[in-house]
Amino acid sequence: MSRKTSRREFLLTAGAAAGFGLASVIAVEPARATPVAMEEAIRKVIGSARVTPGRVKLDVPPLVENGNTVPLAVSAESPMTEADHVKAIHVFTEKNPQPDVVSFRFGPRAGRARAATRVRLADTQTVVAIAELSDGSFWSASADVVVTLPACVEGV
Amino acid sequence: MRRLWVLVGAASIAASAFAGEIPRSERRSGYDFMGRETRAMQDDDTANPGMLWVLEGESLWSRKSGAAARACADCHGDARTTMKGVAARHPSFDAALGRPVNLEQRINRCRTERQNAPPLASESRDLLALSAYVARQSRGMPIEVAIDQRTQPFLDAGRATFHRRQGQLNLACSQCHDDHWGRRLAGNVIPQAHPTGYPLYRLEWQSLGSLQRRLRNCLVGIRAEPYDYGAPELVDLELYLMWRARGMTIEAPAVRP
Amino acid sequence: MASALINVPARARRGEVIEIKTLISHAMETGYRRSQLGARIPRDIIRLFVCTYNGTEVFRAELHPAIAANPFIVFSTVATESGTLAFHWTGDNGFSVTESARITVE
Repeated sequence: MSRKTSRREFLLTAGAAAGFGLASVIAVEPARATPVAMEEAIRKVIGSARVTPGRVKLDVPPLVENGNTVPLAVSAESPMTEADHVKAIHVFTEKNPQPDVVSFRFGPRAGRARAATRVRLADTQTVVAIAELSDGSFWSASADVVVTLPACVEGV
Repeated sequence: MRRLWVLVGAASIAASAFAGEIPRSERRSGYDFMGRETRAMQDDDTANPGMLWVLEGESLWSRKSGAAARACADCHGDARTTMKGVAARHPSFDAALGRPVNLEQRINRCRTERQNAPPLASESRDLLALSAYVARQSRGMPIEVAIDQRTQPFLDAGRATFHRRQGQLNLACSQCHDDHWGRRLAGNVIPQAHPTGYPLYRLEWQSLGSLQRRLRNCLVGIRAEPYDYGAPELVDLELYLMWRARGMTIEAPAVRP
Repeated sequence: MASALINVPARARRGEVIEIKTLISHAMETGYRRSQLGARIPRDIIRLFVCTYNGTEVFRAELHPAIAANPFIVFSTVATESGTLAFHWTGDNGFSVTESARITVE
């Protein structure tokens, strides 16, 4: 839990205790990543290397009906030989509670640097893919996704 | 005006065209209102999360249960043949109970009466798996619930529920799903509410669920007290919805947002 | 429910790049949700997916809570020889599932 959330929780509790008329049931905001947190997460995975936009493709629908299950595919053109291949593609988000989504690790046995999965997106936001090549270079792609929510709030 | 129509309708046996009912040529499955990617999820059996429950149901079908130590397969053989069309015909009249029962209730009737086993809890993993497996055998078949002297009163009760304003929002199902389908409610398209795909994998649930679960969610959505699972009001409503969708194709297990 | 759906072509030509689809049932509890009483529901996710081909690792995916429930993973591998593709999922609370599929490469 980030310090930011702890402070918010403390204020809410203090406020309630002081009888400021806050409703007794307040959904505490989950920790939210920020573009800064996403940058830190990216750095943690790829170190201090420079990232160049290009060479990796990120396929995600621009508008999704439900953020719980969003199809996402990544691919990078590469001969996928021992000498020249994609080692990994990492995916990050800027507004989910934590920025890391998935890391796919490839090698020459993969044949193609391509993988797909389904992800959760907490809100309308930008998704980033970073490809790591065998020559030590890093490439990125990003996509903006609008996330709509079901109209009727359920409780059962 | 609507209430008067309901009384007139109850007097006749034949299912009559109802004022406000969607004409057959305009009937669309919820599938048609979904985005391309969600449709792709449903179309591919190797990618459809609902198939996980169908797989589980397939193995449950052969598992001996209860004091009678009987499996579904012992009486019903190969479900791929014997269960064809069953989901498309439910809810159907149960003579012993004197009222229609839905597919989940029918499965539990078999469990208690034939397997001497306790009934499976509503929305339990096993019940969802079995109903998904059975419903899957009706995929591609037209919905066809039997409406006759015995089931007509329950159909009328379901129709009345569909058209009755309920909840704090004072909305009737028909207002959204008959009158405003295709339009948007807070960014989502309002479907016509045909139960062609149940039990289905709902992205919002991140799980497979039954039609009753969806109906209860809708009731909460309009801020009405939801009927309990298995309540006659829900089964009558299911009967009406299936009749309203007559002729449409079963898609189970579907995927919906 | 630990059932998994694997889709691997039964046969392939040597050197052909084949696509493999996997789907496993798992709630992927994020650790960010709260119960009705406000208590945080602890994280419970699959963290790692590994595919081996006759014992050699050919693909791996490291998953985080942002992967949707009932994880679906599609990837490719080169059909090098006949044998067994093994799929191994591991995660929190000792979650560990292995499935395999045979492939004939001609």
